[in-house]
Amino acid sequence: MIIIDCPHCGPRNSTEFRHAGEAGHKRPVATTDPAEWRYYLYVHDNPMGWTRETWFHGSGCRKFFSAERNTVTNEFRWIAPFGQGPAHTEESGA
Amino acid sequence: MSAAGNWRLSPQPGEVIDRSTKVNFTWNGTAVSGFAGDTIVSALMANGEQLMSRSFKYHRPRGVMTATFFDPNCSFQVGNEPNVRGAHRLVKDGDVVQAQNAWPSLKYDVRSANQAVGRFLGPGFYYKTFIKPQPLWPAYQKVLSTFAPGGKPPAIGTPHEIFDKRYAHPDVLVVGAGPAGIAAAIEAGRAGASVILVEEEYEIGGHLRFGGPAELAHLATLRAEVAALENVEVLTDSVVSGRYDDNWVGVIQRSGVWSKERMIKARVGTLVVAAGLIERPFVFEGNDLPGVMLSTAALRLTGLHAVKPGTSAVVFTANSTGDAAIERLTQSGVTIARIVDARKGETIRRALGRGHVSGVELGNGSKVQADLLVTATGWTAPTSLLNMAGDRPVWDATAARFSPADDLPSTVMATGGILGDGTTEELIAHGRAVGAEAARRATGAAPVEIPDLGRDPHPALFQSSTVGFVDFSEDVKNKDVVSAAKEGYDSSELAKRFTTSAMGPAQGKYEMINTMAVLADATNRDFQSTGTTVWRPPYAPISLGALAGRSFEPTRVSPLQGWHEAHGVEPLIAGQWIRPEHYGDPQAEALNVRTNVGIIDVTPLGKFDIQGPDAVKLLNLVYTNQWDNLAIGSVRYGVMCAEDGVVLDDGVTARLGEDRYLMTVTSSGAATVWEWMEMWLQTVHPDWQVLITPITTGMASINIAGPNSRELLSRITDIDLDPQTFPYMKVREGVVAGVENCIVWRIGFTGELSYEIHVPASYALHVWETLIDNGQDLGISAFGIEAQRILRLEKGHLIVGQDTDGLTQAHSAGLGPLIKQAKEDFAGKQELAWQEARDGDYPHLVAIETVDPALVPPEASQIVRGNNEIVGRVTSSRMSPTLRRSVALAQVPKNLSTPGSRLTIVLPNGSRAVAVVREDLAFVDPEGVRLRG
Repeated sequence: MIIIDCPHCGPRNSTEFRHAGEAGHKRPVATTDPAEWRYYLYVHDNPMGWTRETWFHGSGCRKFFSAERNTVTNEFRWIAPFGQGPAHTEESGA
Repeated sequence: MSAAGNWRLSPQPGEVIDRSTKVNFTWNGTAVSGFAGDTIVSALMANGEQLMSRSFKYHRPRGVMTATFFDPNCSFQVGNEPNVRGAHRLVKDGDVVQAQNAWPSLKYDVRSANQAVGRFLGPGFYYKTFIKPQPLWPAYQKVLSTFAPGGKPPAIGTPHEIFDKRYAHPDVLVVGAGPAGIAAAIEAGRAGASVILVEEEYEIGGHLRFGGPAELAHLATLRAEVAALENVEVLTDSVVSGRYDDNWVGVIQRSGVWSKERMIKARVGTLVVAAGLIERPFVFEGNDLPGVMLSTAALRLTGLHAVKPGTSAVVFTANSTGDAAIERLTQSGVTIARIVDARKGETIRRALGRGHVSGVELGNGSKVQADLLVTATGWTAPTSLLNMAGDRPVWDATAARFSPADDLPSTVMATGGILGDGTTEELIAHGRAVGAEAARRATGAAPVEIPDLGRDPHPALFQSSTVGFVDFSEDVKNKDVVSAAKEGYDSSELAKRFTTSAMGPAQGKYEMINTMAVLADATNRDFQSTGTTVWRPPYAPISLGALAGRSFEPTRVSPLQGWHEAHGVEPLIAGQWIRPEHYGDPQAEALNVRTNVGIIDVTPLGKFDIQGPDAVKLLNLVYTNQWDNLAIGSVRYGVMCAEDGVVLDDGVTARLGEDRYLMTVTSSGAATVWEWMEMWLQTVHPDWQVLITPITTGMASINIAGPNSRELLSRITDIDLDPQTFPYMKVREGVVAGVENCIVWRIGFTGELSYEIHVPASYALHVWETLIDNGQDLGISAFGIEAQRILRLEKGHLIVGQDTDGLTQAHSAGLGPLIKQAKEDFAGKQELAWQEARDGDYPHLVAIETVDPALVPPEASQIVRGNNEIVGRVTSSRMSPTLRRSVALAQVPKNLSTPGSRLTIVLPNGSRAVAVVREDLAFVDPEGVRLRG
């Protein structure tokens, strides 16, 4: 079980958190195209390597926060309050 | 006993038995005695017993081989506990020990005839022999299972034992308390780290325990040093089962605690692996005969338990441990019939004898008489935990064993035999340096220099020229591995699975390297390219009890739970909540609500206090219906959908003030809905000013339902209950039973005139009892969840998750009137618009009446048409006490949803029942006269 360093609470067991999805997918609220909507709902990049994502600290501060994680090594490059991570980086998948 | 008499030696300097305490037990029905500190096996051997079990496939006689926990031949039935590791388990007074896997008796096992038909039981025999014809598989299984190894599990109803869990956060955890491991723990402890030292056996010391005077002297010093450190916790008879991400380490503590076993989940700063070495058996004909054992087994039996393992021995030695065994056996009065020294190129060809070793044929063909054959042919590094940390060990051909590669994470270190060889002093010095460095890494002090620990050259000895066992647990021979390779299973992973070598209880500890060596030979490859399989958790078997352990899941009860229990409640476990299912007769409870008045504790209802100028925006976003026009003092029913249009939750929300709402959600959905709303607020609309406070347990909730409920409530509240001023779907705040700040609203889940009171939790019992006291002449009785389910079904009110499922979009649940597509945005809007455009071509929730009014089709019964095509299912069903007939809801396709449609329901016994679709979902009071009264 990995440790996740919550930006509000500090390092905690990953069982306290829920992965809340890849970041950067904009909700196409005005779309009239089912294909576009369902692409947003169901299709994810799921890269092998670095990815930006949202996490939820359900058993702690109950805050959503942003992070960049390597899906191979589970290493976190940064963890920040929601929407406050560094700008897009070259290696970043998202 | 095969050779009666006293096989106990005179007192030995390192012995662990207490000769002043006798232990009496039975072995296959015969009374036997040993001493406290004896393992089952050492006590049996002291009485001259050498035959411990029959093997898995061929039912060959087997004796002690390793004299450790993992001895493949020493699993017993002890009382009602199967598969007890008899070379580890200490024998207790009164134990009833029996051999497993033998019929009718250990001595005369009928199934040893399997040996004669061994060619049918070759590698892959399961797959080949029994694959066809397919319909016969159940018959094959029945026969094969009688041949499967293992003891008898306890009968159903046997009182279960208690297992526990513990969490630990040591700076340093040391695996293995041999000289290097103890030294590492000492030095880490001296550096100020908190340390846990885990030892598989009952005492620390590793191989020093059965060594000579010099080793015992070192051990005494180490023991004293570790005992002096309060920050070093020593866990004996405990095993590290696995290492996971970020040094999450599992430890099974088998004794020394009040429970049967305890699982420790440790988050470790630095993990020090000092697992030592496991002695490897040699493959030759007869290598599984009783009387063939490893040199460490001979040293353990003589040194720790003062048991003489034989009278006349051949020792095949390639190393100093074999040489030490020769010296010890000589001291113990065992005649050394021949020393076969592998370092001089000598070897053995086969062990002779039936049922027990009677002699040894040497490499040169000469034969030597002996009843004991001791082998010391090399070591296997138990690199499991290093594997689990990502290390891929490399084969050291000179030392003839794997060694850790230099690719461990900085939080994992190795010391001792698993890493290299040395004198006791060198092992201790290395352990000390690693321990100090481990503490530094965990606590951030200055680096420590670690000396080199080289590996001694060792002849590469795996198999003789004869056919013998590579896996004693699974009865796999070297020739089986060779034939697997010939059949194309030449990758180590495939060969292992095809032959089942290394797949038995010892999981490769004794078998893996020999299997690989045979495979390397058979395929003309070197060791490194043949490879080894990756060891995964658990290192040692874990009982299911230890995994289940004690549950730390919290239990939630309402403040009225004591009252319920005092009044004969049948509890209902609903997630974390314990709720009142009923108080004896749910049908009567339901009927009493229809005729008089009932009260139910609905405290687990999820309740959120929602405040802020943008609160109504949140309601409009998460509910499908319109909230802009809800007046202060009013209550509205709402449905929430997920972004795929599937019904997520439902409930009522009241507007208590300008910017203040009380939302209720289903008990089981409360956590999900809270997170769902926070997700919208935190990640999509962070500019909105809304604050959500969960008050589920802060306010207890009591629902009063029935025609007499207004009269009852009027007796204990100042709130004006006049139906003109306080009609259906309104909310009032006021005093109830003298309790201020109560919230009362009129809703009607049961279909009756009904008031729901939300009362500050600490006053809930007072309000409840006041209601009971004041309702005696009105026919009051408490009702439970079951009566509520009956009542709501009679009224045709759906339950999310019961009458809907993970695919039910809102239009399917008949919720169309509550979906306001005119709103700018709400969760599920797009999908629900597309569902609506499908013109009803989706499942529909309908009320159905069985033609036979007495028949209640079980929930989840399938609805079929034509040639048994499944088209729907019954979602809820009950016998209605009001209508005295069955009532049910069902999901059906469009063309079966029109009123009057006849449905075919399949009952569990396979018979069919017919039901008719009703006009309205409500069976009772479809016009809503009663609840609006």
